[in-house]
Amino acid sequence: MKISMFHLMPHRELPADFEQRYKSVWVDPPFNELADPSRVGQFYNWTLDELVHAARAGLDGICVNEHHQNAYGFMPGPNLMGSALARETAGLDVGIVQMGATLPTTNPPTRVAEEYAMLDCISGGRLVAGMPLGSPMDANMCYGIPPIEQRERYYEAHDLILKAWASDEMFAWNGKYQQLGMVNIWPRPVQKPHPPVWVPGSGSLSTWDFAAKHDHCYCFLSYFGSGLGKKVMDGFWEFVDQGGIDPNPHRAGFLQLVVVGETDADAEAKYAEHVKYFYDKCLHIPLHYLGPPGHQDHRSLTHAIKSGTAARTQEVMNNLANYTFREFADQQFVIAGSAATVRDQLREAVRTLRVGNLMVLLHIGSMPHELTLENIDRFAADVLPYLRDEWGDWENRWWPESLRHQRQLVGV
Amino acid sequence: MPATATQTTSAWAGRVQPRVHIAGDGPPLVFLHGAGGLTWDPFLDALAKNFTVYAPEHPGTTPGDPDGVNSIDNLWDLVLYYYELFDSLGLESPAVVGHSFGGMVAAESPPPEPSRVSRLTLISPIGLWRDDTPIPNWMTLTPEELTPLVCADPQGPVAQQMFALPEDPDAAADATIQFVWSMACTGKFVWPIPDKGLRKRIHRITAPTLIIWGHRDGLVSPIYAEEFRSRIAGSRVEVLEDAAHLPQLERMEEAVRLVTEFCSS
Repeated sequence: MKISMFHLMPHRELPADFEQRYKSVWVDPPFNELADPSRVGQFYNWTLDELVHAARAGLDGICVNEHHQNAYGFMPGPNLMGSALARETAGLDVGIVQMGATLPTTNPPTRVAEEYAMLDCISGGRLVAGMPLGSPMDANMCYGIPPIEQRERYYEAHDLILKAWASDEMFAWNGKYQQLGMVNIWPRPVQKPHPPVWVPGSGSLSTWDFAAKHDHCYCFLSYFGSGLGKKVMDGFWEFVDQGGIDPNPHRAGFLQLVVVGETDADAEAKYAEHVKYFYDKCLHIPLHYLGPPGHQDHRSLTHAIKSGTAARTQEVMNNLANYTFREFADQQFVIAGSAATVRDQLREAVRTLRVGNLMVLLHIGSMPHELTLENIDRFAADVLPYLRDEWGDWENRWWPESLRHQRQLVGV
Repeated sequence: MPATATQTTSAWAGRVQPRVHIAGDGPPLVFLHGAGGLTWDPFLDALAKNFTVYAPEHPGTTPGDPDGVNSIDNLWDLVLYYYELFDSLGLESPAVVGHSFGGMVAAESPPPEPSRVSRLTLISPIGLWRDDTPIPNWMTLTPEELTPLVCADPQGPVAQQMFALPEDPDAAADATIQFVWSMACTGKFVWPIPDKGLRKRIHRITAPTLIIWGHRDGLVSPIYAEEFRSRIAGSRVEVLEDAAHLPQLERMEEAVRLVTEFCSS
């Protein structure tokens, strides 16, 4: 299997009473009150340093993503980060996993095709092309996309990007949302026919269908642990089974928060406050921001309300403030503890969920730089080697071909 | 109380199957509902005493036809769709009354063919924009945030009628789905800012026009009444005290009287 470090690039120093004083971490927090641009520059550089450190320590890939107007994770231009990472990891067998540039809000979407192709060229064919739909806060509230159009815009952008990569000839694109008379992008990606595509999702049937139809990797990105994750991934694998699709575990990705200490007690002592910060502050999002009208189609809306999923999500979100570190750890929202504890729980999760492309969030909330490096080092030295062989009988067709061999651990 | 009939019709080459609520006797009057969907309310009942009221459901908001919204993508489509709907109902040139989102649609209806609307009543319409008085995006507000903006008395019976959910859980779920989906289907035409160029077309309205506003409208400020009046030749404004964004319910008797007199003259 392949294991990559994910980084959100959050604000690390929000005030202690942030969630009492402000309505939301997303869309409307006042930048000048809460942040200093020079200090933010330090956050960006730490983020790059931490990801490069992870690459050198032996992680298979490094991941960044795109969000807007927030303190939760503010890389509005993920390809700016990806570009620096591709350059700094030249010569390393490390995937540049862009999770990624948001399709419905990039105009025209050929811009994603171009920038991803640039990254694939700069990195020598090491790009994983994540294709996110975008959160409602980003796409609808910050970038003005009508919620009811977002998914259709996504599908059109996806088809346009793949055609722009694949087509030798210049072509005209007469779409509903995009009309481009002369598409002939420069450059084209190194990887043929195109870099592996990963589709982040939150458990909707339409996304499973889409990922399966195009033979893309489906990634479930959640902060609520492998328990909720299992419900979703069981549904996904059942869907794959019913469709007669090969159940290659690498067809699925999963995100997990992970912190590693010397002992279980050491992990709690070192990381508890940062985990708490993440759930209390970084996820301080009014529930209705997550579901503006039209974000779900009528079928999904009906299902969410009638099945009680909407009410359960509300309950989980409302309860987060009362969680202790032990509860986060016991429910595996965070897999936390000594290296032995972490590798046992992580192996179990990987097997239960049947995922071959794992993303681990090794920087969480307010974690300072030095502690992040320590977490990366412990993970790379004492956890990673014990998980590499999982799913070894299956080829990871969703990983850059030149990197599919097993990485040698270096320099830890 | 007049009996209400519903007629399901087909328009836009069969791609939309809207339901139209019809009640009353007298000259035809079309009512176009706001963003939250159609509720047959006492205001429509009262109008039905003097008019044959036709209240169509916005595309996609008719139960059983949620995908009806998918084939209508912009205001040009929507206005032509309404011309077809008028045709199918035998309405050559009805009086049109529109509230809020429906007020914008009502105001967009005459410009292509001014004679299609005989009399135009705009109740707290959206459709114009002033940078110094921005209209909050109601689709991003909770009911707790929205109620005081749209109801002069947030604890009063109109607020109850608009936002209270039925006690039966199944009925409450259905009502929530209907409300959210109505917001989604109307939001398609106005997200994120309800200004889609009416300012350029509004001068083509030739029908006599009545503009009704609630004095305490916290969603679309009454300052906009003058924006509409100054652009529609011969139009007149009535601002109702003790009313916010739902003056036709908050000051129902007065609103019914104004609309009835205006549309009968």
